[in-house]
Amino acid sequence: MSSFWSWWIIVLTLGTLVGVAIILRWNMKNFTDVEEGESMGHEFDGIIELNNPLPTWWTVLFWLCLAWGLLYLILYPGLGNFKGLLGWQSSNQHVLSIEESRQAVIDAREAGLNIEYDRELARADEVYGPIFQQYASMEIDAIAEDRDALRIGQRLFLQNCAQCHGSDARGSLGFPNLTDGIFSWGGSSSHVYTTLMDGRRAQMPAFLEQLGEQGITEVAAYVLSLSGRAVDRDLARAGEQQFAVCSACHGQDGKGNIALGSPDLTNNVWLYGGSQRAVEETLRYGRNGVMPAWGEILGEDKVKILSGYVLSLSAED
Amino acid sequence: MSKNKHEKVEKHVGWLAVFAIIAISIGGLVEITPLLFQKQVQEPVRDLKPYTALQLEGRDIYIREGCVGCHSQMIRPFRAETERYGHYSVAGESVWEHPFLWGSKRTGPDLARVGERYSDEWHYVHLMNPRAVVPESNMPGYPWLAENTLDGKLTARKMRAFQTLGVPYSDEDIEGAQAAVQGKTEMEALIAYLQSLGTALR
Repeated sequence: MSSFWSWWIIVLTLGTLVGVAIILRWNMKNFTDVEEGESMGHEFDGIIELNNPLPTWWTVLFWLCLAWGLLYLILYPGLGNFKGLLGWQSSNQHVLSIEESRQAVIDAREAGLNIEYDRELARADEVYGPIFQQYASMEIDAIAEDRDALRIGQRLFLQNCAQCHGSDARGSLGFPNLTDGIFSWGGSSSHVYTTLMDGRRAQMPAFLEQLGEQGITEVAAYVLSLSGRAVDRDLARAGEQQFAVCSACHGQDGKGNIALGSPDLTNNVWLYGGSQRAVEETLRYGRNGVMPAWGEILGEDKVKILSGYVLSLSAED
Repeated sequence: MSKNKHEKVEKHVGWLAVFAIIAISIGGLVEITPLLFQKQVQEPVRDLKPYTALQLEGRDIYIREGCVGCHSQMIRPFRAETERYGHYSVAGESVWEHPFLWGSKRTGPDLARVGERYSDEWHYVHLMNPRAVVPESNMPGYPWLAENTLDGKLTARKMRAFQTLGVPYSDEDIEGAQAAVQGKTEMEALIAYLQSLGTALR
């Protein structure tokens, strides 16, 4: 802040405090010619006004408030560029990027500044740091069997993942069930970790133009038959002839490909519904499943614990 | 004139008004005026981008539907908030906000950094009927957003208004504005806006 505006604030603030004190002091005097407690000489319906002074409790409170205000302005930042004797500051509000924010924390610590938010984080780090430290060196598969880690993982899950996957992790239409052991992007600990850190983008193209309405019906029937569903055999046979376009991603046998996140079509688990109509819709318009990236939001430590928690959901007891 | 000069204020409403205005304006003069000239509230954070035409229309729908009544867009510098929502909000993120939508009520969660946190599809399902994905939610559904389409007639004028307020829109941005939003649903616009929130600092 330029020194002009700094002085602007200081003069107006202190001027107001002084002004208020003067007005209060001035109004304590008795300017009337009437003794305190005597009648002011007018009356209405039997109600008379007495010349009463300001109540003592009120004036005392007023003086105390003024004193408190002054004390506050001396200790905390309030008077322009004056930072207050405590050097207190709520946070690093001047930062323009995450990197600057991280640097500001380091700079403030080295300069011995009193930043409330940084201090709060440092205190939390003392308490929680060792806990996360302990899991940082553990394998994700081991975390998946660690009861304490799983309790942390459940909290993180409910906070960040339940919005899509549900508080019971069973997902819903368009959002995968995490308890059935079926992972389109791979179910190993490293796959799950990568999915959580970087997110995933699945792209099922729309096939209406290529297959036509009849083709869509036929391929849908064939896809359903892959998981042993009862379908019209003629339709399915016709669909099989056109399945080549699907096999590029889902494989010749329809078992999917974790590198592309293309689901296994033979297990009768359907992310977007398993009715003839739902599968037709998927074929007709395509699907764009998105798993957001959590690495930047949660950081490696938490993602690791979450990965363990997610794996534990489908682990057999 | 009696000895009591204070009587002048007590008995003349004009003087009372004058002194009341002076007393009240001091707060604003001290707390607001210096801010208008402070670098911190004028310098955008490094990755800040002006809203695209579609995001801008989405923002207006956010305002129209009263989202700000239940959702704040202001993460305070407390660990309890930053653990949940991400880095606390800084002034540089709001320099192009006219008006800002910080809000003051959180019936629902803060949305300052909701951008890219969920998929577009999630937002669609959630805005149609929040209970479909969050059973305990008491947020209303907004299914009409998926039916209403934008004509974009005012989009360019809105962007020009922002341009005069210092938002760095180029003339090409403004020329292409109507084409960019025409025929899109309000749902698409709102989701585009939501997905942009807070992504400049994370």
